[in-house]
Amino acid sequence: MAIKSLDELKKIREASLKKVSLRETGEAVGEIPEILVGMATCGIAAGARETFAALLEAIEAEGLEVRLIQVGCLGLCHSEPTVQVNVPGSEPVLYGKVDAAMAKEIVKKHLKDGEMLQDNVLINTFAKA
Amino acid sequence: MSKVRSHILVCGGTGCVASQSEDIIKNLEKEIAKIGYQDEVKVVKTGCFGFCGQGPIVKIQPDNVIYVMVKPEDAEEIVSEHIVKGRKLDRLLYDEPLLQQKIEMHHDMPFYKKQYRIALRNCGMINPEDINEYIAFEGYQALGMALTEMTPQEAIQIVKDSGLRGRGGGGFPTGLKWELAAKSVSDKKYVVCNADEGDPGAFMDRSILEGDPHSVIEAMAICGYCMGADEGLVYIRAEYPLAIHRLEVALAQARETGLLGENIFGTDFSFDITLKLGAGAFVCGEETALIHSMEGMRGEPTKKPPYPAVEGFNKKPTNVNNVETYANIAPIFLKGAEWFSSIGTENSKGTKVFALAGKVNNVGLVEVPMGTTLREIIFDIGGGIRDGKAFKAVQTGGPSGGVITVADLDTPIDYDSLKAIGSMMGSGGMIVMDEDNCMVNIAKFYLDFTKDESCGKCTPCRVGTKRMLEMLERITDGEGQSGDIEKLQQLGAAIKDTALCGLGQTAPNPVLSTIHFFREEYEEHINDKYCRTGECKALTKYEIITDKCVGCTACARVCPVNAISGKVKEAHVIDQAACISCGACYEKCRFEAIRRP
Amino acid sequence: MSAAKQERTTSATNLPQEKYDELGAYIQSLETKEGALIHVLHRAQTVFTYLPLEVQLFIARQMDLPAAEVFGVVSFYSYFTTKPVGKHTVSVCMGTACFVRGSEEVYKAFKEELGIQPGEISPDGLFSIKDVRCIGACGLAPVVTVGEKVYGHVKPEDVKTILDEYRADHVLENLN
Repeated sequence: MAIKSLDELKKIREASLKKVSLRETGEAVGEIPEILVGMATCGIAAGARETFAALLEAIEAEGLEVRLIQVGCLGLCHSEPTVQVNVPGSEPVLYGKVDAAMAKEIVKKHLKDGEMLQDNVLINTFAKA
Repeated sequence: MSKVRSHILVCGGTGCVASQSEDIIKNLEKEIAKIGYQDEVKVVKTGCFGFCGQGPIVKIQPDNVIYVMVKPEDAEEIVSEHIVKGRKLDRLLYDEPLLQQKIEMHHDMPFYKKQYRIALRNCGMINPEDINEYIAFEGYQALGMALTEMTPQEAIQIVKDSGLRGRGGGGFPTGLKWELAAKSVSDKKYVVCNADEGDPGAFMDRSILEGDPHSVIEAMAICGYCMGADEGLVYIRAEYPLAIHRLEVALAQARETGLLGENIFGTDFSFDITLKLGAGAFVCGEETALIHSMEGMRGEPTKKPPYPAVEGFNKKPTNVNNVETYANIAPIFLKGAEWFSSIGTENSKGTKVFALAGKVNNVGLVEVPMGTTLREIIFDIGGGIRDGKAFKAVQTGGPSGGVITVADLDTPIDYDSLKAIGSMMGSGGMIVMDEDNCMVNIAKFYLDFTKDESCGKCTPCRVGTKRMLEMLERITDGEGQSGDIEKLQQLGAAIKDTALCGLGQTAPNPVLSTIHFFREEYEEHINDKYCRTGECKALTKYEIITDKCVGCTACARVCPVNAISGKVKEAHVIDQAACISCGACYEKCRFEAIRRP
Repeated sequence: MSAAKQERTTSATNLPQEKYDELGAYIQSLETKEGALIHVLHRAQTVFTYLPLEVQLFIARQMDLPAAEVFGVVSFYSYFTTKPVGKHTVSVCMGTACFVRGSEEVYKAFKEELGIQPGEISPDGLFSIKDVRCIGACGLAPVVTVGEKVYGHVKPEDVKTILDEYRADHVLENLN
């Protein structure tokens, strides 16, 4: 699908506005929940691939409808691998140092039961353009 | 979904734990259990909020209210007032001294404005391998606007007005660079992205390419439109396989959607980008060397002028910018030059990404407005020094920069202020050092790097860095001679004046600046053969193992220079500055309490 | 550049013909040979794992370049190696962040445990060692990679454990 004009580009963008607000503020009721996994070199070196695989397995095992997405680096190298959970209707939650075991916990507790996990919650400390 | 309706987040960072956040958690849980809310309200221990000066911090979600300097005994009131009755505790809200008002919402706190992400805006937020996600976050809109609504001159003017300067190190105004390339008349021109991030300890360019490759592609296309080029090249380190892969995926998707290729956005403008692999040479960060390397040759720099804007790749006009510079372009077009130039200091606009590493708690990438102080970066965002050690210095500008000491921690940093205190912005590496790091050893490390990376073309750099390194090696091996410091300074000044390119001209900086700020450490190494940090192994002396020493005083009595002191039946210590390493104490000790170097 | 490079380039006369054919085909497939030398060398190192005298000469002839120019480029860049490498390459990051967290001691420990210097292969043929500039995993400093695998927060006392993993694999492979 080639984009031939600025209007066409804007249309594509408008179609995904909900996705943006889910990710930034957690609003966007009705969207499918998503999990972002930081998978730049640093994250992968710290085990993000294992975390990603464990999340995928757990989501399937629990039979949940969740979008699992690889993203780049948030810059929080001290807490890699990082995982962000975006559930519609509540503020996005960022977890640090997520290993395979914790990944399973996140799916089971946070996504299924809506309960934030003990430990390892990080706070995003920046504003963005 | 379950019935958990509220989370109480308590900071579990080192600083806050030290001020009893564990007890706060315990008390909160106790209070919640008392009223039987344990299924509805959960207490969660979080990582550092990066606001250690006001700790311990407690945040209530989903209300998004932050309490500062909370004490364990406040738990009862937080639960009974806020959780049960929904009333905010005024006395625990953050008191903003300037505005004289209490601030309760997390996003309203000025502290959290310290990081402001322009170049890193999408990193960690979008899937880099899906162009639709980039488009969702306003991607390619700037390119569309430039192509369909502006002339190249108008577009260049926006970049000029923004005040953006090159983020690779030099700080040359980007708009001016584009204008020069646009004015060169030629049948062929090139847009080049320098992604040969060679400064050891800086990795923001890699993060951008891995997290948001389209932002660089879009900006290169805009640059191509501005200067009249139809071909772009990304010169990227072979050591970054993942970044190469993500770029390749992004390029393919951009071509598929017609955002690269012929007649972009239905206009006459055509543009495409290819990758050129580097092969590991720091000097290739210098733009003329980079161009020679892209031509398949040894990456040796050449004299400027001619500048690449006139004669660059394949002898055609070429514009070279680094990754972070390009990553700033699209937001400038979307939000306007005025917006961008409202951020930062008088002569340095916008933000800068720093790779904060070394002996700091929160190692990572931070993006802050120009003019932020080092103290804010290292202590507020970085969470301070690891293991409670003392801050000693921070190196900015990598092998081309210098150390900054505690005296300059409150200097607002930008291109000019860093230069004024003997360092430089460089690509943004920021290595924090504590009391355990030897400054002579650090200088040696950087010189070893530049000596290795010197391309060998000009004598001052090829021979000069080697001679300086030899002197530093002598000093750290305990064979320094008086006069060495002066020789280092003289030679350093000569190299700075005479080397051909930026690598050589800046190579002596780490040595000169450590001499300037830590001369006494050099003197100790040379005169006393003593390294106070113990990092220079050749200078380490005999040591008493406190646990094993019974205080028999045998060693103190045998020491020919009276370097050992201590009371009877208590552990003794060796005065390292006085010790001559004769080994008499080691021979005498019957308790194996003395460690040999 | 590095000490290993100043010595004479290794000669290897027994390299398999099919590898030369593979490289030759790649060179012939290029749209233009002009300016492509570094790309070709990258490919050659992938095929042969290192760039001995014979391979450099082969490339020079295929690309109509003086051999001296090829050698000039090979010796300029630290990514290219003219010495054969072991089955696994141990790379110790000597970027500044790793350095200030003690990677020098780790590097020394690896060299001692393996009994080799950069440019050499361990007696069992399994390992070669080199120092690398920043790989950008500064949060895990000091960092060591063995092949693709990354080890973070490495201490000198971990060195033997890390190497033993690969030694054990090797023993298993030989049994099967």
